[in-house]
Amino acid sequence: MARATPEIPNASMADIAFLLLTFFLVTTTINNDRGLSIGLPPPPDPNQDVEVKMQEKNIFKIQVNSTDALLIEGEPMEDVSGLKDMIKKFVTNKGIDPASSESPEKAIVSFKTDRGTSHKRFVEILDIVQGAYYDIYAEQAGVSNKEFREAASALADPEKKAIYERGKKDIPMNISIAEPTKVGN
Amino acid sequence: MSKFKKKAEVKQEIPTSSMPDVVFMLLFFFMVTTQLRKTSIEVKQQIPRAGQLRKLERKTLVTNLYIGEPTKAVYGKEPKIQANDVFIDTNDIIRWVNEEKSKLAEFERDQLTISLKVDKDTKRGIIADVETELRKGNARKILYTALDNADPKKN
Repeated sequence: MARATPEIPNASMADIAFLLLTFFLVTTTINNDRGLSIGLPPPPDPNQDVEVKMQEKNIFKIQVNSTDALLIEGEPMEDVSGLKDMIKKFVTNKGIDPASSESPEKAIVSFKTDRGTSHKRFVEILDIVQGAYYDIYAEQAGVSNKEFREAASALADPEKKAIYERGKKDIPMNISIAEPTKVGN
Repeated sequence: MSKFKKKAEVKQEIPTSSMPDVVFMLLFFFMVTTQLRKTSIEVKQQIPRAGQLRKLERKTLVTNLYIGEPTKAVYGKEPKIQANDVFIDTNDIIRWVNEEKSKLAEFERDQLTISLKVDKDTKRGIIADVETELRKGNARKILYTALDNADPKKN
């Protein structure tokens, strides 16, 4: 006579597993921290008032007012689609056009907002300015824009670092984000 | 005819015996990737969109600051800054930065990255104030969190 073998019923195991699965599916927030990365300048030194003189032609001025309207080099602009190419042309001018930048090292993109400018507009413009630089870098490194940005986020990998350094060579990302003016708040 | 009959006799069932294994595998994946949110965010968070996004290299070096209009009416309409679980004032930011830095190993302190999660309707004024304080607190790596333009889901 065979003994009755004690067994745990496992028909419901799949159900239990599904229940747990659903719970984790619902609660999961896959954290993807992505965004526009910038470095802030060091804090202003109160003892030292350095007046830096820059030549007007080496500065590309972008201004946004409290109603989110855009002023590019003193000219109002409605449609931002051409802005990226303007910046690219300005940075890579290398003295060809005497009215534009002398060299990529000297070229500065100055971005001034108002206290009333919305964050959405700020991100939109900063995105275009950084996009112009990434395009230049990517072209210099011989990769696509997306590949370059991925390389820039994985500098621990020596191969990626080489791409990053090749792209950035001689072209610093000179984006100056000025203290906002105080019209709207 | 006989040929067709033969075919009909073949069992047409999907084997389900491996289903629990598959489910468990998925379960473990989600268990491992899940991060239960420790803080409840009490400011509006409609993150703006952008195209030129960069990923952060190391997540342990990142801390978040949430800025936006409070979701609860009792806190008023003015945009507020939330760090961890509390609202902080712009004057407290330096102290907060130092606290966050003290959580990191000494050699990594200068690499602290502040991820600014700012609602898209927030005005630049408050963000500029935060930036000024961060500069004074010497936390100068900043990320404006944004969603991918090309990604149609979310928001």
